[in-house]
Amino acid sequence: MADNSNQQEKKESLSRRKFLKSSGIAVGGLAVGGALGSLLPFKDKTTNKVDVKNQGTSENYNLALMYFSPEQFKMVEAATERIFPADDNGPGAKDLGVAYFIDHQLSGDWGFNSREYMQPPFFKGEKVQGYQGRLRRREIFDIGLRELQNHSLTKYKKNFVELSEEEQDDILTDFAGDKVNLTTLSPSGFFNMLRSSTLEGAYSDPLYSGNRNMEGWKMRNYPGSQMAYTEVIDKEFTVIPPKSLKDHLGH
Amino acid sequence: MAKKLPKVDVVIVGVGWAGGIIAAELTKQGLNCVGLERGKERKTEDYFMIHDELRYALRYDLMQNLSNETITFRGNEKIRALPMRQYGSFLLGEGLGGSGVHWNGQTYRFLPYDFEIRSKTIERYGENKIPKDMTIQDWGITYDELEPYFDKFEKMAGISGEENPLAGKRSSPYPTPPMKTTPSLEKFRKAATNLKLHPYNRPSANLSEAYTNPDGVARAACQYCAYCERFGCEYGAKADPVVTVIPVAKKTGKFEIRTHSNVRRVLKSGNKATGVMYVDITTGEEIEQPADIVVLTSYVFNNVRLLLQSGIGRPYDPVSGTGVIGKNYAYQVQKGNATGFFEKEEFNTYAGAGSLGMVVDDFNGDNFDHTNLNFIHGGSIAISQTGLRPISNNKVPKGTPTWGKEFKANSIKYANRVLSVGGQGASMPFKHHYLDLDPTYKDEFGDPLIRITYDFEEQDRQLAKFLTDRCKEIMKEMGANLIETMEELGPYDITTYQSTHNTGGIIMGADPSTSAVNNYMQMWDADNIFVVGATAFAHNGGYNPTGTVGAFAYRAAEGILSYRQKGGILA
Repeated sequence: MADNSNQQEKKESLSRRKFLKSSGIAVGGLAVGGALGSLLPFKDKTTNKVDVKNQGTSENYNLALMYFSPEQFKMVEAATERIFPADDNGPGAKDLGVAYFIDHQLSGDWGFNSREYMQPPFFKGEKVQGYQGRLRRREIFDIGLRELQNHSLTKYKKNFVELSEEEQDDILTDFAGDKVNLTTLSPSGFFNMLRSSTLEGAYSDPLYSGNRNMEGWKMRNYPGSQMAYTEVIDKEFTVIPPKSLKDHLGH
Repeated sequence: MAKKLPKVDVVIVGVGWAGGIIAAELTKQGLNCVGLERGKERKTEDYFMIHDELRYALRYDLMQNLSNETITFRGNEKIRALPMRQYGSFLLGEGLGGSGVHWNGQTYRFLPYDFEIRSKTIERYGENKIPKDMTIQDWGITYDELEPYFDKFEKMAGISGEENPLAGKRSSPYPTPPMKTTPSLEKFRKAATNLKLHPYNRPSANLSEAYTNPDGVARAACQYCAYCERFGCEYGAKADPVVTVIPVAKKTGKFEIRTHSNVRRVLKSGNKATGVMYVDITTGEEIEQPADIVVLTSYVFNNVRLLLQSGIGRPYDPVSGTGVIGKNYAYQVQKGNATGFFEKEEFNTYAGAGSLGMVVDDFNGDNFDHTNLNFIHGGSIAISQTGLRPISNNKVPKGTPTWGKEFKANSIKYANRVLSVGGQGASMPFKHHYLDLDPTYKDEFGDPLIRITYDFEEQDRQLAKFLTDRCKEIMKEMGANLIETMEELGPYDITTYQSTHNTGGIIMGADPSTSAVNNYMQMWDADNIFVVGATAFAHNGGYNPTGTVGAFAYRAAEGILSYRQKGGILA
């Protein structure tokens, strides 16, 4: 499996170089002059070098947990895989690293809602007034996952991760449709958070631990972070092998 | 006790487009200006890692930190206003350059109709055309009077564009030619032409070619990298205050910018301002900055809040309709649009620029007959190629589940097969739409938050439906296999992004009893205070507001210079 994807990478990387060469999209072709030219983070030799590095098999030390317990992590891995399953297009949430992405996000600003207004008093509002709860995202995940487990145990007498795919879908459908009675939080609110963070984990820059090897982007022919599209902007659909922010750091 | 600094000629509160333009124009004429900016310093080099959808588009890295300050909102006066705890409908900028850093660059001039909306509506349709509570009024200036200032703003920013056959007269062509077009834009152009409409390339602050402006500022051409709105431009190709007007002001040696400086009060004595009080948020120290002239150029909400909490001007009373501060809050009717799914074609929609688009104005302003329609005004209709980023763009045909196998397959299948045509509807003011101070919720200093009372009206529902139908006709002509549209506008919902085009609250006019500022943005009630921005809009037009804000800033700068010479209310 790992070998295969390396092969694949190599092939795409070659065609990418060819593309860059023929389209003139590589830095030599950029019409940026003066002081601004020096701002271009990727220049001269760096573009190809970075790729060679990408193909290395060095250990990824980011694959560890910052917030979830191992049990929570496995549930998130299983649930997000149902939301975004592996199929003929490519990997699902699990192989994209989505659960790691969510874990890492919960450990920072996003998990603490630290850039959001969390002052009291708290009142239940109209739907159009937006979220008015006092719970922060990491608390919502704690409670939501616990309730997901409870609901699985009640309905199927098994832990969520032990359920069949169909049963897991059924449990998630109950949450998505508010068919579970919870006092502390909205089941659909939790489900929607799980869903949106799954998409974030599948498609954000790999620097955040999801979208592993840019496989999320490759599935949908998204070129990731390119410095310029001047050569293709007025053309018919063009597939460009993706680049990540790492490629712009020039190391 | 606040530390008191030496007096300066002019203190500018908020250094975005309006503050930057005013600083440049005044310092060029020798005035000493201090710019107080509550956010941080920004420069092009900050944007090396800007192509990051998660950080900038979804975690709002460049936006105001809502934990310190937000707004409260309610649909009407019977409801308790609650804080906007998370971002949604609009995004508040912060830091040097303000929202001018992370805008798209779509740069229009409001229509001649906009500035004389009441007179022209009555002239063509009679007084009964205007619903009882719709508080539209003429702006106290005409398009022709404003034209030189539009021209100045466009030349400073290097706007790329081509003549719009249905807009006001121009004294000179756009300083740079239109941006490149794309296959999807060409499709729109062809469809619109077949429908006998008048398509034109959207005027853009993303430069189509290298440009040196009249101030000698040289900038590079746009690379169509597709990261404009919510992002800063690493090339300086998108005009923003940090790469245009602010360096011009700084070069004079007469503009001092103090970042991390949050203004809490405009100080006054009698009916004149004496300066401002601000907090250095790095130390917590309260500082008084005396000035001969105070210019408020922060965002709409904060301009209004500062006046209300400083006790300056007559607060608006929605019951009697008297008073002016907080009056005529308006927004934008953004949801009239059509989404087309194309089975046989894929498009480079991953590429683009904030302002790359093709527009028709056949249904904007009073460019069409409203005799048999239950609304006034209209909106621009456009296809945009701003770049579809993968987290936020997963359109699937209706009936597709929102998650699971089928969702994944369809969202990937259509990732590069979806085009949208959207209407940007004008927003009319109503007597019961306004801004005031919230009685309950406070900011980090304990000052009240601003409260928005606003909802969509029948005017908006009719307009959105009308624009939807027009968008659908164009999309059909473009050959989409499947077209989906808004079914009904619904209530105004603060949770979903629509536009950061909030307007009004300190509106401009010819009559001090119905407006807060004159057409130089000078306060009727305090002649040494100028409030510059979309706060001055008496309603919101069918375009992005920045071009008109820019023109107003140049106009205000001229007014301030003239006030400095002569004093008194300018006429």
